[in-house]
Amino acid sequence: MSEGVSQADRPAVREGAAVDLFDKFDETIRMRERLLASGVEDPFSLVMEKVLSPTRAICNGRDTILLGTYNYMGMTFDPDVVSAGQRALADFGSGTTGSRVLNGTYQGHRDVEQALCEFYGMDHAMVFSTGYQANLGIISTIAGKGDYVVLDIDSHASIWDGCALGNAEIVPFKHNDVEALEKRLRRIPAGAGVLVVLEGVYSMMGDVAPLNEMVAIAKRHGAMVLVDEAHSMGFIGERGRGVAEAQGVIGGVDFIIGTFSKSVGTVGGFCVSNHPKFEIMRLVCRPYVFTASLPPSVVATAATSIRKLMQAEDKRAHLWRNSQRLHQGLRELGFTLGTEEAQSAIVAVIMPDLETGAAMWEALLGEGLYVNLARPPATPQNMTLLRCSLCAEHSDEEVSTILGMFERAGRATGII
Amino acid sequence: MDRDVVDSQIRTLIEPFNKKHVEITDGTTFAGDLEFDSLTVMDFVAAIEDEFDIIISMNQQAEIETYGQLVDTVCRLSQG
Repeated sequence: MSEGVSQADRPAVREGAAVDLFDKFDETIRMRERLLASGVEDPFSLVMEKVLSPTRAICNGRDTILLGTYNYMGMTFDPDVVSAGQRALADFGSGTTGSRVLNGTYQGHRDVEQALCEFYGMDHAMVFSTGYQANLGIISTIAGKGDYVVLDIDSHASIWDGCALGNAEIVPFKHNDVEALEKRLRRIPAGAGVLVVLEGVYSMMGDVAPLNEMVAIAKRHGAMVLVDEAHSMGFIGERGRGVAEAQGVIGGVDFIIGTFSKSVGTVGGFCVSNHPKFEIMRLVCRPYVFTASLPPSVVATAATSIRKLMQAEDKRAHLWRNSQRLHQGLRELGFTLGTEEAQSAIVAVIMPDLETGAAMWEALLGEGLYVNLARPPATPQNMTLLRCSLCAEHSDEEVSTILGMFERAGRATGII
Repeated sequence: MDRDVVDSQIRTLIEPFNKKHVEITDGTTFAGDLEFDSLTVMDFVAAIEDEFDIIISMNQQAEIETYGQLVDTVCRLSQG
């Protein structure tokens, strides 16, 4: 028995002044204070008091159109999805209280993995508790010491954190630059394992990767390819399998990472693969093993939603039309957008700076429209963005209303 | 490759990134003296990688704080 058990805690006596570990956040604290001092509502503490539908909520007391939810396919209030969740909650309880490899695999977890295999036409599917953990787990586990991870510089935080958690050599290349990717692959020493990490849709600007060229180059250099299709699942591609499907290269992708928290309409993450040894991941992937599995109601809603998304051609077509219309309408009003044409259901409106962006964000909220205010360091090139993401449940009339709101708020803040 | 040759090539490459015309010595730091942010680092590293046909991984970049350390690293990598 250690002495510590029978003795009271005695704080260590140290020489010199104490260092406040929070000092490193001072710059962020100042930025936030400066922003709030200008009188705007805090863009990062919005509360939705009531959610009326996938596209409407009461936010800070106001009836608000939601245009920044990633709820692309509007599945959150689908009656079949909700009732599947209610049944599972009643039959299997509120949570599993366990890891997938211990007591945390219920029938529903197996079923949602089966639904993913059917959706993607792949042999294996592994469900994580969040999309973040899917990237964290797969990247850090399969790329080990001496291997190389070659990734786009604008990759999502979960991809970067997967790199940081692992021991591989990390080599970024310029965003969506096919030649920069090729050069780096060419210079990697012979015999090293290589994982190329790409995203189908980059969520900040809403632009799509040239996966057809990049997957071919990666294969030519003997690399394995992982594509994060978080923002394309259910919407892009003939069967909603994502950008790799739309560009005809899904067969060359070794691992697709996805999430339940966007088109699927709940929470959770996954990886699907045809790799013959894939199932071993369940034993060696720490972010999969050392956390509790998703609640039964969540996997039941996800499985129901995924199976419905397979047949959602009409919704996909409607969402494309609305995305193109919003993109064109905003461009015609004189806003600067992240892409020339609509490439996804994300339309990024570029703001001149954070202060003006926050003022525009607040003016839109006053009009009854919620969009995401995205700021550095999450954004590329330190830009401030008002990021809009459409939902298949937005009506044509709502898109017209949204454009009117943008016009009034843009004029009021002097952006257009 | 000869250290002086590498040094003079990198000196040429760094010029467009050295906006404040800081005098460069082996002890010059990228974050402190040159005030390079992460985007500048990426473009500068890409320029060096292309010039010497090497890869400087982010793990290796993390070990490089000064100009002199960069020249040493490039010398070592371009020998292999």
